[in-house]
Amino acid sequence: MNDLHAVESAHVRDDIPEFRAGDTVKVHVRVVEGGRERIQIFEGVVIARNGTSVRASFTVRKMSFGVGVERVFPVHAPIISKIEVTRRGDVRRSKLYYLRDRVGKSARIKELRD
Amino acid sequence: MKTILGQKLGMTQVFDEEARAIPVTVIKAGPCHVVQIKTTKTDGYSAIQIAFGEVKPSSVNKPAAGHYAKAGVAPAKHLIEVRVEDTAEYELGQEINIADVLKKGQKADVSGVSKGKGFAGVMKRHNFAGQNASHGVHKTHRAPGSIGACATPARVFKGMRMAGRMGGERVTTLSLDVVGVDAERNLLLLGGSVPGPKGSIVLVREAVKAGG
Repeated sequence: MNDLHAVESAHVRDDIPEFRAGDTVKVHVRVVEGGRERIQIFEGVVIARNGTSVRASFTVRKMSFGVGVERVFPVHAPIISKIEVTRRGDVRRSKLYYLRDRVGKSARIKELRD
Repeated sequence: MKTILGQKLGMTQVFDEEARAIPVTVIKAGPCHVVQIKTTKTDGYSAIQIAFGEVKPSSVNKPAAGHYAKAGVAPAKHLIEVRVEDTAEYELGQEINIADVLKKGQKADVSGVSKGKGFAGVMKRHNFAGQNASHGVHKTHRAPGSIGACATPARVFKGMRMAGRMGGERVTTLSLDVVGVDAERNLLLLGGSVPGPKGSIVLVREAVKAGG
């Protein structure tokens, strides 16, 4: 293990579950409001995973009151208290940017069955 | 002046106490050894010579080997001289570690040789604005424009900023935050970027403008 790797791995979290593009996740985000901390849940479809090691991030897309909302989280960020994978998706590509142009029925993702 | 030599390992990011992601440059800094002490009496000015980096004994010539042997340290790859006010606090062969030089929360200046950019135009090299993309501008979108007047002075002034070789020169970045110091592995984490490619040698010193 080289030194640069060692610096990174000190910040890598091992409590993050495995998930990939197409999966539906619940991201529990720590929000500090006026000195008080609470947990906010952002649930949606993972449409992209980027980067490796401590620099890895993922994009979650959800429909909120008919408007598409996307949020990018660093995978190993301390503000994430927990990631729950609620549904595994059956998709054939790693970046699901095509979902941005779709609404309703065509924006669905098949569930992965093993 | 607290100074140390190091090798730039590359960039990554770390999370701070407030959970913010901070871009950092990781530098393998030291250990360095004092090889020679110059005093006003012997050399007319006061300075120390510090050495850094491993080198094969077979590739060290006899004059250099003798120079290192005089200080009682192993031959090193890089040798630099640092001006100091008072040489009394240094002794020959003394080891300088990163923990003695900088602490977390301090500021540091870093000097290194910047990446070579080749033959670069004025927009990249001197931050010129270039010209319009449209409104009749033809084939001169990134050109410098006028470089002087006409019959007076009838020449181009010396030092006129033009296109040419860029990079590969010594650059100093001032007042970088010391994000972390790993004394065990001799690692220094500095917020932001540092001149030079990965693997290059950089000089790290306590910030001269630390007050600001």
